[in-house]
Amino acid sequence: MSYIKKPLVRHPSLRTNQLGLTVRDYEGAMSTLCAGCGHDSITAAIVRAFFELDTPPHMVAKLSGIGCSSKTPAYFLSGAHGFNSAHGRMAAIATGAAAANRKLAYIGVSGDGDSLSIGLGHMSHAIRRNVKMLYIIENNGVYGLTKGQFSASADVGSKSKRGEANAQAPIDPVMLALGLGATFVARSFSGDKAQLVPILKAGLLHDGFALIDVISPCVTFNDHEGSTKSYVHTRKNQVPIVQTDFVPLAAEITAEYPEGSVAKVTTHDGTTIHLRKMAADYDPTDRTRAMTMLRERQAAGEIPTGLLFLDSTGGTEMHRGAKTVSTPLVDVPFDELCPGRDALEKLQAAYR
Amino acid sequence: MQHEAVASSAEQVQPSGEEVRDRTNDFAFKLANVNGTGSASANGLIMQAIFRMGIPVSGKNLFPSNIQGLPTWYEVRVNAKGHTARTSVYDLIVAMNAETYARDIREVRPGGYVLYDSTWPLSPSLSRDDVTFLGVPYAQLCNEHFTEVRERTLMKNIAYVGTLVALFDIDMDIVTGMLKEKFARKPALMESNAKAIKLGYDYAREHFDCPLPMKLEKMDATKGSILIDGNTATALGCVYAGATVAAWYPITPSTSVLDGFKAFCETYRTDKATGEKRYCILQAEDELAAIGMVIGAAWNGARAFTSTSGPGISLMSELIGLAYYAEVPAVIVDVQRVGPSTGMPTRTQQGDILLCAYASHGDTKHVLLFPANPNECFSFAVKAFDLAEKLQTPVFLLSDLDIGMNDWVVPRLEWDENYKPDRGRVLSKEELLALPTPKYYRYSPEDEYGVAARTLPGVHEKGSFFTRGSGHNKLGGYTEIPDEYQEVMDRLARKHRAARNLVPPAIIEKRQGATFGVLTVGGCDPAVREALETLEERGVHGDFLRVRGFPFGDEVEAFLAEHEVVYVVEQNRDAQLRSLLILETSVPKEKLRSITAYGGFPLQAHQVIEGIALP
Ligand SMILES: Cc1ncc(C[n+]2csc(CCOP(=O)(O)OP(=O)(O)O)c2C)c(N)n1
Ligand code: SF4
Repeated sequence: MSYIKKPLVRHPSLRTNQLGLTVRDYEGAMSTLCAGCGHDSITAAIVRAFFELDTPPHMVAKLSGIGCSSKTPAYFLSGAHGFNSAHGRMAAIATGAAAANRKLAYIGVSGDGDSLSIGLGHMSHAIRRNVKMLYIIENNGVYGLTKGQFSASADVGSKSKRGEANAQAPIDPVMLALGLGATFVARSFSGDKAQLVPILKAGLLHDGFALIDVISPCVTFNDHEGSTKSYVHTRKNQVPIVQTDFVPLAAEITAEYPEGSVAKVTTHDGTTIHLRKMAADYDPTDRTRAMTMLRERQAAGEIPTGLLFLDSTGGTEMHRGAKTVSTPLVDVPFDELCPGRDALEKLQAAYR
Repeated sequence: MQHEAVASSAEQVQPSGEEVRDRTNDFAFKLANVNGTGSASANGLIMQAIFRMGIPVSGKNLFPSNIQGLPTWYEVRVNAKGHTARTSVYDLIVAMNAETYARDIREVRPGGYVLYDSTWPLSPSLSRDDVTFLGVPYAQLCNEHFTEVRERTLMKNIAYVGTLVALFDIDMDIVTGMLKEKFARKPALMESNAKAIKLGYDYAREHFDCPLPMKLEKMDATKGSILIDGNTATALGCVYAGATVAAWYPITPSTSVLDGFKAFCETYRTDKATGEKRYCILQAEDELAAIGMVIGAAWNGARAFTSTSGPGISLMSELIGLAYYAEVPAVIVDVQRVGPSTGMPTRTQQGDILLCAYASHGDTKHVLLFPANPNECFSFAVKAFDLAEKLQTPVFLLSDLDIGMNDWVVPRLEWDENYKPDRGRVLSKEELLALPTPKYYRYSPEDEYGVAARTLPGVHEKGSFFTRGSGHNKLGGYTEIPDEYQEVMDRLARKHRAARNLVPPAIIEKRQGATFGVLTVGGCDPAVREALETLEERGVHGDFLRVRGFPFGDEVEAFLAEHEVVYVVEQNRDAQLRSLLILETSVPKEKLRSITAYGGFPLQAHQVIEGIALP
């Protein structure tokens, strides 16, 4: 369980980031998930992303619901405040947290059960509100923690461990997010760190709601033949529609990329995302195209991955829309909040 | 012409048969209307005028769950002695809804009056010999004097205000002054209102003996008081407490709490130059989200609250348990309405007492504050935030529709400039670094209240901790070990017990020779007091106690111990307060006699008197 401590040995040759921290400083407690669980790979990618972004761990708030996936915040960034809340409720809690303090980085980790069943409403509304946060769905097509029931993302015909075929159409979080107007939509695979890490970094810096659906096989209940969320199936059918790379502005290395095949997108804080176009005519800034492409590829049995849609302006993020002060609300002094006795006296003239 | 038609049936003055007595500043009247015709402002005008004459008054809005078309009533009680609980003994009725004539006319006490629109004849079957019918052709008058259709409807209501001004001898200067204030920026409206009032007034002076035996005389009893509804006062309390995040999902009768909060924040917390707001209001997708947002914001250090009613509490229960167990402050305003289920959304009840006391699964127990009027709504709202943060737990402000949506005459709200929010134990960066331990632990060491210091995200790495609703030990780590789990649960119980000395103490009033006690809660207060005073006049003496917080304080225990019999007066079927007393104090249950009223209307003194078995 998450109280298990990792031994704090640090190899002297470990690379440090600009804060002088090593990748070990971004780790958390020892994972208690099944060996080989996709979720652990995502945890590792998260650790890497924060390390590479030089994020001070305590400036991150990590939140989750309930499920195997939702346990993972304990396994990264032990220097950050964590909130393992209730099943499906993470998005709402993160929304309130973001309302109170806009200076922290928010990372929400959820499962496909957590997000697409019990928490579907909350996730949809966090998208609609455009809460500035990185929202990760660790998508394994099953309920892991309750031992293998189909989740709302299980594909039609996908088989359970007992061989039962799923009859109901899945909810595709990526299509849902695009339809709801999300400003950052991506999909990746837990086994593809090269793709996942840059996307996580871009998502963390995105100035709005960033959704990443990560196919994350459940080795215990959904990694068998007939499952469409298994390692084998995903590896075979994954099509990186957009190869993403992330470059901090401070260390420009654009030259490494072949001219002509790279779209450069500057995010809100000035850092740059490079989108290498796999499909010649794919434009990740066009919502309608993204939706059409996804439908076509999915009909062909493919799992398109990469940064699928990006509005680099971030759109109308919750606080921008609400015109909240730039000072985090938690830091506004009380005397600026309380109107005081004179105001109360004056006000009460209206109640005579 | 309309006169003749009616005269045959009803419009003769009938001797009432009741002894003639002076009813100056002591009577009640009821205004029967149709929802959505603009009667609310007319009714409010009368109520406010009486208040400005310095006379204790109350107005109860008995409205349907409907936007337009259904019958709606407004009752006004004037009482020089200050008894302003609801009464259903009406000395006069303003019958403006033909559909409810029969019932309305039946409800007037013998010797009373019926004021109605005589544009159309009253059916002879409605006649009563023991009341006086006063017909004013409002529709006809308004049709003659106003051209627009909407205006003709609206002004009928304003016109009856004019008639009542004449009949009750309301100070016309006060009424005109109010119109001037109200329509300062709309002179056209001001003019038509004044015209309508004059129409009703002049007609009354010409046709009736004005004033009636029940009339008004200026007093000095409302000086230093305001006329305000509980929800507005609650909203103001939240502003003054420094709440910055409010998350809610609309529900009657709590909606106006957020409406008020928003309006006050716009006035006091919005930068005039930049338009920047020092608050964030989240209209959630449902109550599950609303409480989640409050918990998230409070976890991050903001003073956050939600306001809802019974159905919302049902939905919030899971996360209320999370906040209890993970020890996250949260303020929940519950403006109670009639249940179960959707119940009667626009009627009042105290039906959520047990639900809120123990909201959520497992062993949970919460801190409840019970305001009885808008003044307490204001101060208890502030208290709720202090307690939620001091104790790191959810705190309920348990109001109800009667308190929340009706206007009450209450002492002016006071604000202590020296007030400092009690944020409870929150470690700063410096305090964290100065900790004697290399690490910070979330749930220890505890203080005398059973509370450990918390830390806020973003302050320092040393303060980071993992909040969880799953089993944890006193250090905050996950556990499934029985002793470790129980240790935390026992501390939470201790913490709840400690709250009994922190919630507002009960109000106790003792009488010489009292033979029993009456214990009540919230908006029952005026009716119970009136009942006890009336009984006193009959030589029956009882002591009074109103609980204002849960867990119950020692003074409640003492009161229960001192009395052989204690009547528990509350507005719900199952005597929830009584159950809570039995569960949470050492009172033998035989001692507690229950008096309940749960039809949805505010409590009346006679209901209490009838419930007390006279010796
Ligand atoms: C209100 C509520 N209902 C049901 C549960 C039981 N429950 C725990 S985890 C879970 C599903 C987890 O599935 P998913 O979110 O996909 O995460 P995974 O374990 O697969 O990573 C369920 C149904 C719960 N904790 N709370
Ligand atoms: S049950 Fe599945 S999802 Fe849960 S830890 Fe094991 S492999 Fe991962």
